[in-house]
Amino acid sequence: MTDRQLKYFQAIHEATDLALGWDGDVLLMGLGVPGPTGIFGTTKGLQEKHGATRVIDMPSSENAMTGVALGAATRGKRPIMVHMRVDFAVLSLEPIVNQAAKWHYMYGGRMRAPLVIRMIIGRGWGQGPQHSQSLQAWFAHVPGLKVVMPSRPYDAKGMLLAAVQDDAPVIILEHRWLYNLEGPVPDGMYAAPLEGAAVLREGTDVTLAACSYMVIEAMRAAETLAGVGVSAEVVDLRSVAPLDMATLGASVAKTGRLVAADTGHAECGVSAEIVAAVSERCFASLKAAPRRIALPPIPSPTTPALADLYYPGAREIAVAALATLGRDDHVPDDPLPEGRQWRDTPDPSFTGPY
Amino acid sequence: MNRIRRPADLQPQEFGLVPSGTPLSGAAATDVFRQMLRIRRVEERIGERYSEQQMRCPTHLCIGHEAPPAAVCAHLRSKDLVFSNHRSHGHYLAKGADLGGMIAELYGRATGCADGKGGSQHLIDLDAGFMGSAPILASTISVGVGAAWAASLDGRDEVSAIFFGDGATEEGTFHEAMNYAAVATLPVVFICENNLYSVHSEMDIRQPPRPVAALGPAHGMPASVVDGNDAEAVWQAAGTAVARAIAGEGPSLIECVTYRWREHCGPNEDLNLGYRSKDEFGDWQADDPVERSRRAGLSAGWLDANAIAFMEAEISAEIDAAFDHAIQSPFPETGELATHIFPAAQ
Repeated sequence: MTDRQLKYFQAIHEATDLALGWDGDVLLMGLGVPGPTGIFGTTKGLQEKHGATRVIDMPSSENAMTGVALGAATRGKRPIMVHMRVDFAVLSLEPIVNQAAKWHYMYGGRMRAPLVIRMIIGRGWGQGPQHSQSLQAWFAHVPGLKVVMPSRPYDAKGMLLAAVQDDAPVIILEHRWLYNLEGPVPDGMYAAPLEGAAVLREGTDVTLAACSYMVIEAMRAAETLAGVGVSAEVVDLRSVAPLDMATLGASVAKTGRLVAADTGHAECGVSAEIVAAVSERCFASLKAAPRRIALPPIPSPTTPALADLYYPGAREIAVAALATLGRDDHVPDDPLPEGRQWRDTPDPSFTGPY
Repeated sequence: MNRIRRPADLQPQEFGLVPSGTPLSGAAATDVFRQMLRIRRVEERIGERYSEQQMRCPTHLCIGHEAPPAAVCAHLRSKDLVFSNHRSHGHYLAKGADLGGMIAELYGRATGCADGKGGSQHLIDLDAGFMGSAPILASTISVGVGAAWAASLDGRDEVSAIFFGDGATEEGTFHEAMNYAAVATLPVVFICENNLYSVHSEMDIRQPPRPVAALGPAHGMPASVVDGNDAEAVWQAAGTAVARAIAGEGPSLIECVTYRWREHCGPNEDLNLGYRSKDEFGDWQADDPVERSRRAGLSAGWLDANAIAFMEAEISAEIDAAFDHAIQSPFPETGELATHIFPAAQ
């Protein structure tokens, strides 16, 4: 691994820049893509570098423009479409679900739709009910879509590069709270596989299976658990469709306990699927009922006074992990940093509006 | 504007799209007529055999709609592209796609144009430039615009002709796609086959009293309403629209007013449902596009009884062969179930 450090958003920018340079058929499109802020820095300056025909702003027509991207893809283009919030991509479900996901299958393999759609999950600073949904389970439910949720800058770059080179439609969900996190990122082109989970921390007592930003919370929880003598294994799902049941199963076979943590809702969500799939395959290995840590069936509130109650984090993961061990230790909340009243930003570098 | 209920209510109207003025005559007229006749006979045969329960997929016959596919596709080159909806058989055939592959697809056979996985609602023949069809009314409209965008980016001389019904113009993506085709000056011809009903729901409860074509100028492109049962009128409007697309002048919209003879989905007549009257249906049957074209040909002399008899025999033999091919073809192997979910690397 390299010593080179990039932030998550810089890794996405670098991958997009490389992809546009790699193949003249790669296109980048989305509302605000060439704009002054460049989708939180991920597309900034790319129109100047790669030209206004390949890096385009677009009308606020999420539905038709997704169909336009699909149509271009059927003629050899490799479009990357970006939505500043997942909530806007809801307008494009028809072309994603009915068309792009099915074209290869329903036309007997004659059509290919190499389409990449980036969707950003918002959180905090009052993003509220329509700027912070985490709808990966919707997409993961539809055969024909690959759905990935990179948690580290290495994957943010490598999985985007892999997605651009893949001939299937790939949905990439990026959590806004990951954008400023730094990690090692190699120079140049490389592809991180679109499937396969990664064991980020080995342990023997409990498996913490998490995706996207919840990986960060799971790593913090593992640290807390280590302090009370519990060895937690952290599995970063990386991809939610397909799920890597081999890695998850091997981990649960070892630990016998599972906590599944997701940024979306628990009901009918990714955490539910993990618990079901593990229970089906590894029931005999389980020493305790699996637990889910995910959002309650409540729309996300705007005021920080309620949002702080809404989002589970490292503490809730640790409490659930201890419960699988039959323990009910008191786990204190992380203290708020000096001068901060709310937990509605991931770190002090985030200031509103964003 | 009076609502169109009968052929006599129709008033052709230009919204900036001026017909070519070239008379449809000679070999061009004969070809259009033959294509209309062929589409009619294929659809009739499907209707005759559908009750055998061997074509096990929703099938939307286009009897009554033959003029727009035949007259528009007559202007398209083999490199041009067609996108279509659920009532797609005419578009598929008129673009030169393979009849055997279509019938086998309806029969769910491995030799179908989509390996039996698509059925009547998802026909495809890339070699013929028939790019696909889908039943979620307006869903292929934006895809056709995207294909035109790719052609425009690559400097490729290629027109996207997109067929859809009146119901599709009520879906938002139609307007979004029109908007983008105009913003980017793309080589697209939008063809609305307005058959007055979306399934069983009439226009009055779905749209205000204005022609669909009036939406063209609203989205920055010329349009016209034409008699969709008059092959020559469709042909002249399409002539202008295709020429504009090829010349880089951007998209056009043609509203072809026509009428569906059979039930929305399936082989039967449906007057028993009561949503349209026998009188109304009779007026439209009397306005039969194939018969109108036949009469025009006989009177102008580009058609004669011998030529028609020859066409009928040829078409009948082609249809026989297509059905024989379909029925003799194997069903897909069990392994096909899980094949082509994701594309393999190329």
